[in-house]
Amino acid sequence: MRYEEPLLTIRDLTVGYGQSMVLNDVALDVPEGQAVCLLGRNGVGKTTLLKSIMGLLNPRAGQVKFAQSDLTRWPPHRRARAGFGYVPQGRHVFPYLSVHDNLLMGLEAADGQESKSDALDRMYDLFPALKTYQRKVAGTLSGGQQQQLALARALIRRPSLLLLDEPTEGIQPSIVQEIQELLQRLRDRQETTILLVEQFLDFALGLADYCYVMEKGAIVLEGTARDLDQNLVREYVAV
Amino acid sequence: MEVWALQLFNGLSLSSILLLTALGLALSFGLMNVINLAHGEFIMVGAYTTYALQQVASHYTGDPQAGVTFLIAIPASFITAAAAGYLVENTVIRFLYRRPLDTLLATWGVGLFLQQLARSIFGAPNVQVVAPAWLSSTVSITSGLLLPMKRIFIIGLVLACLGGLYWYMYRSNEGRRMRGVMQNREMAASLGVSTRRVDSFTFALGSGLAGVAGCALTLIGPIGPSLGTFYIVDAFIVVILGGLGQIPGTIMAALIIGILNTLFEFGTTAVVGKVLVFAMVILFLQWKPAGLMRARGR
Repeated sequence: MRYEEPLLTIRDLTVGYGQSMVLNDVALDVPEGQAVCLLGRNGVGKTTLLKSIMGLLNPRAGQVKFAQSDLTRWPPHRRARAGFGYVPQGRHVFPYLSVHDNLLMGLEAADGQESKSDALDRMYDLFPALKTYQRKVAGTLSGGQQQQLALARALIRRPSLLLLDEPTEGIQPSIVQEIQELLQRLRDRQETTILLVEQFLDFALGLADYCYVMEKGAIVLEGTARDLDQNLVREYVAV
Repeated sequence: MEVWALQLFNGLSLSSILLLTALGLALSFGLMNVINLAHGEFIMVGAYTTYALQQVASHYTGDPQAGVTFLIAIPASFITAAAAGYLVENTVIRFLYRRPLDTLLATWGVGLFLQQLARSIFGAPNVQVVAPAWLSSTVSITSGLLLPMKRIFIIGLVLACLGGLYWYMYRSNEGRRMRGVMQNREMAASLGVSTRRVDSFTFALGSGLAGVAGCALTLIGPIGPSLGTFYIVDAFIVVILGGLGQIPGTIMAALIIGILNTLFEFGTTAVVGKVLVFAMVILFLQWKPAGLMRARGR
């Protein structure tokens, strides 16, 4: 099911560092309530695209539209307050803040309708491991726990759009399983719209409604997860 | 024995002033990587705020010897210097982030401007602030060891400032934002923190602390438009020795430099004492370039 106007629309997005172009005329739609997946090898520009959507990189040209407003020139903190939840590659938890304080940082963009302690309890119910370590400094957690923390930090303020950059990278399989189930649940209940960057093909195709495949800074293939030729996708993603 | 105890106490007193000056520098460097050469002038702003308040007090009481009411002068110095810092950050420094050389030149210029402004308002000669009577006494620990009340007051003031800073950084929402931005600026912004606002606040806080240092300095000697330049070099040495942007390191470095300085001066002269301290710092930095505390790599 596709809506008339997708929640997030990217048009003609061109991004570069210095002289080199990293993204070329990228167009992408994320309809409300769906999970969209962005596939591709390392270095094809997936993370760059996500950072540009978050406002951490300024595009040379093109447009980012979210819920009918053009936010191409908005700084990241305004996008966060508009409803973006960002889980970056490499997790980027605040290493010297406690788990508790990391989660409170996630509430910076909250609308204030839910009390802080209710929001914290909701996350501790979702990730019981974090509750055990709430006073610990985040930098001492294992990779998997840090990934859960990064997810909780993004989810705590109930984002309308969740941007995930390789959430399964370098994490023990048991936690990958948990994260998969959690995202599946979020998608099924339509609690949030998801844009997922992933290299782990089975995970991505299992979750996504629609997929884009990137190669050398451009979208080369797209389609619903069911219709896409999986062998072709595998060729694009295989190292 | 009593001579050494007195020297140690004097060293502690010097350390506390150094620390108050260096904390602001450590904050603005740790958070924004800005080297602020106008920092000394915020000390001067605080000192003249105290002087102006004393002038007002003696005008209204008709007593030219009316002492400063520190209960008012300390917050007033903090607020004036913080406001000056906020203004400088918003009009000059914010446009120069990530351009260290330009920041150095611009903040130096701002410093000269502020000094000239003070000269125009208060005149070039040094002025003296009258301390209240209760601060002019001494406290005798033993028969041979008399500690001046002023110095005890300054040490207490610095401890209170440290306590306040600790509370701000580790217990308040604003402090959590500040630490978040220090640790990962992009991530903090992506979560909805306005890094611009955090930068402004932190810079104003550092300037305000320098203002409090200026207020304390009025107890030690006369003040003049170039007061800040006497302290800024030592404050920079403290920040560098402590490890850039490291608050615990800054505290340790201020203690070491203040006490060594006083001890060396006691054995030699003021100039030789300073040369010895700087030589030791240079040698130490050859051995450990990052300073006492390693910067949090990121």
